[in-house]
Amino acid sequence: MAELKPADRMKIKRHEMPNQDQVIRRGNFEEVALGYAAETARTEAERCLQCKDPKCVQGCPVGVLIPQFIKALREGDMVKAVEWMKVKNNLPAICGRVCPQEVQCEGSCILGKKGEPVAIGRLERYVGDFELSQRTCPLVKALKTGKKIAVVGSGPAGITCAVDLGREGHDVTIFESLHGPGGVLIYGIPEFRLPKGVVHGEISYAADCLGIDIKTDHVIGRSFTLDELLEDFDAVFLGTGAGLPSFMRIPGINLNGVMSANEFLTRVNLMKAYQFPDYDTPVKLGRKVAVVGAGNVAMDSVRCSARLQSLQAKQTGEVPGEAHIVYRRSKDEVPARQEEVHHAAEEGVIFNFLTNPIEILGDEKGNVRALRCVRMELGEPDASGRRKPVEIKGSEFDMEMDTVIMALGTNPNPIVFVDAAGLERTKYGTAVADNDTGRTKKKRVWAGGDVVTGAATVISAMGAGKRAAADIGKFLKGECSWD
Amino acid sequence: MYKILKKEVLSNVVKLMDIDAPHVARKAKAGQFVIVRIDEFGERIPLTIADYDREKGTITIIFQELGKSTMHLGMLNPGDSLASFAGPLGHPTEIENFGTVICMGGGVGIAPIYPITRALKEAGNKVISIIGARTKDLIFWEDRMRAVSDELIVCTDDGSRGRKALVTEPLKEILGDNDRKIARVWAIGPAIMMKFVTLATKPFNVPTIVSLNTIMIDGTGMCGGCRVLLEDGAQFVCVDGPEFDGHKVDWDSLLSRLSYYREEERKAVEHWEHKCRLDGTLVKGRE
Repeated sequence: MAELKPADRMKIKRHEMPNQDQVIRRGNFEEVALGYAAETARTEAERCLQCKDPKCVQGCPVGVLIPQFIKALREGDMVKAVEWMKVKNNLPAICGRVCPQEVQCEGSCILGKKGEPVAIGRLERYVGDFELSQRTCPLVKALKTGKKIAVVGSGPAGITCAVDLGREGHDVTIFESLHGPGGVLIYGIPEFRLPKGVVHGEISYAADCLGIDIKTDHVIGRSFTLDELLEDFDAVFLGTGAGLPSFMRIPGINLNGVMSANEFLTRVNLMKAYQFPDYDTPVKLGRKVAVVGAGNVAMDSVRCSARLQSLQAKQTGEVPGEAHIVYRRSKDEVPARQEEVHHAAEEGVIFNFLTNPIEILGDEKGNVRALRCVRMELGEPDASGRRKPVEIKGSEFDMEMDTVIMALGTNPNPIVFVDAAGLERTKYGTAVADNDTGRTKKKRVWAGGDVVTGAATVISAMGAGKRAAADIGKFLKGECSWD
Repeated sequence: MYKILKKEVLSNVVKLMDIDAPHVARKAKAGQFVIVRIDEFGERIPLTIADYDREKGTITIIFQELGKSTMHLGMLNPGDSLASFAGPLGHPTEIENFGTVICMGGGVGIAPIYPITRALKEAGNKVISIIGARTKDLIFWEDRMRAVSDELIVCTDDGSRGRKALVTEPLKEILGDNDRKIARVWAIGPAIMMKFVTLATKPFNVPTIVSLNTIMIDGTGMCGGCRVLLEDGAQFVCVDGPEFDGHKVDWDSLLSRLSYYREEERKAVEHWEHKCRLDGTLVKGRE
């Protein structure tokens, strides 16, 4: 394409992401968003105005060099596009899929002021997928420094930190408690949103290039304690996430059929229960499922439920069951990404807003039979700035249910804090760490991601992993002291 | 991958294996458990540590073939490997010199009670052990248990070995004997056995520790599937246990939760047996 004028660029409409048909996809776990074709990606890239002072970069938690990679992409130089991408982001195929771009890069895009922003996330995914299959631009390890670093946890924070430190020439070992690396990317986020092949591809590519040793089945705090790691390693980064589920303190929480979103998603994603009995782990799901909460984890849970119900229905010949979201606030306060809510609605999910569960009712066998709720109305704004939901007196009602999934947030797992004297924790169980450097109160220990912030996003964890890696690098080179 | 170094058949459904897992053996203590996953398709199952050898870097597991995973495990042999072996998980048993204690193992529960009995004996306790099973073929490690106990009582439901009694019978006799002051009881076995042990000790106010084996997925505190209702709220067996004060456990809730996946467990066994038959036919066809 000939060089375009800005006015011409602004005339090009933003390209929709091709998606799997909404009826068909309810019956499978394959990826919903199919990705741009080459020509679509190139035309979308033509929309970028190449701002001198790019706001999109400021909006990105890891500062991806967005105008540069988009320019290379539209010039047809994919190798160059990958190179620009990898200056700041080692996991583009993952970020392109799960980042909330609408509030980050795309939310800051100048085109968004009058029209629609450049589809930066989709272009990032395009570049990431290209690289996963082509491997044109392997990560290069700098000269070996002889320094050893232990990274605890292989989720977004840990992997990002490990890769950045590996590139600097350090000797990195990752300790993962589960049987495969990826953390929340493999146990939490479903296949249809983030294929596990993409996660394994990104991680193994980076680990192979940089000689990162990934030790699975290693539970730090049990197999080895933090203090023991400090004897063998020059620095330790904790990226252990927030894996401990919260349950509501309402009667009936221990009935059969009540589970945490973590249990449900772990069964489905990590253990592949949707392929039971070919895979050994089952998941029991009723014909009426209520997911309590409306964050991204709740959307993942309810969309997995809809799919499992559809698969069950195919076997029994019945109509698929119902998958509900039960949320105490209104549609406007939903914390999940709009795209997820939209996809869930397309897949037949039923939304019950301003509805708060107060009790789970069981039958004589101890199985869930209904969810008792009250109607809510919105009052004055609370500390979070959202209007506070207030109970409407006397509005109790029962929703017939046989499965209740609690998606109400998670807290850091306490095991890693065993034998870790001096590692301070807040009253919420999160590690105390400096936001800019990731330094904890314990010498030579850094932390980042959900273990510090509580449950947040993949990209904010990656940003924290990156900042900590930078500080660890400086510290190990002697460019700064601990105190 | 974690190699199986040794296999012993303790009865037609109870098997022992030594697994090469130095990262677990270096820290393992009585009362803790491991999570085992056989292969890529496998589920993560919790198994209590029956013994460990820090120098050799091995862990001994003992399991009864009850479902698909344990049946599959039982078909493996030395030289084969397991895909995952994580641990040691959970809190170790609190070992002190309490005085006179009773250690009870029911069925495959004899395996995990052994290292606890040994540790209690080494700590100076007078140890009375009671082991039991349905029939004599399911009793194992009688010699090992005798070696670490001051007194050993063996019971079977059918009287084929030792006393014809449930383990709670000799327990009640000892508790009722005013000359013997029992400081603590440990009981490991089927949930129903542990329930009745705690019912037996309750009137005597003897602290009773049970080791719970609930449904788990990850085993590291992530899923909450293993939660158990205690008098003072729900706790996670994997991170808060596996040992609990048996008098605080809501046994009916526990038994109900244990049976929730029974239908799927049956389906998994059927699927597995069907697959084995097919494989067997294929192997025969090639011969």
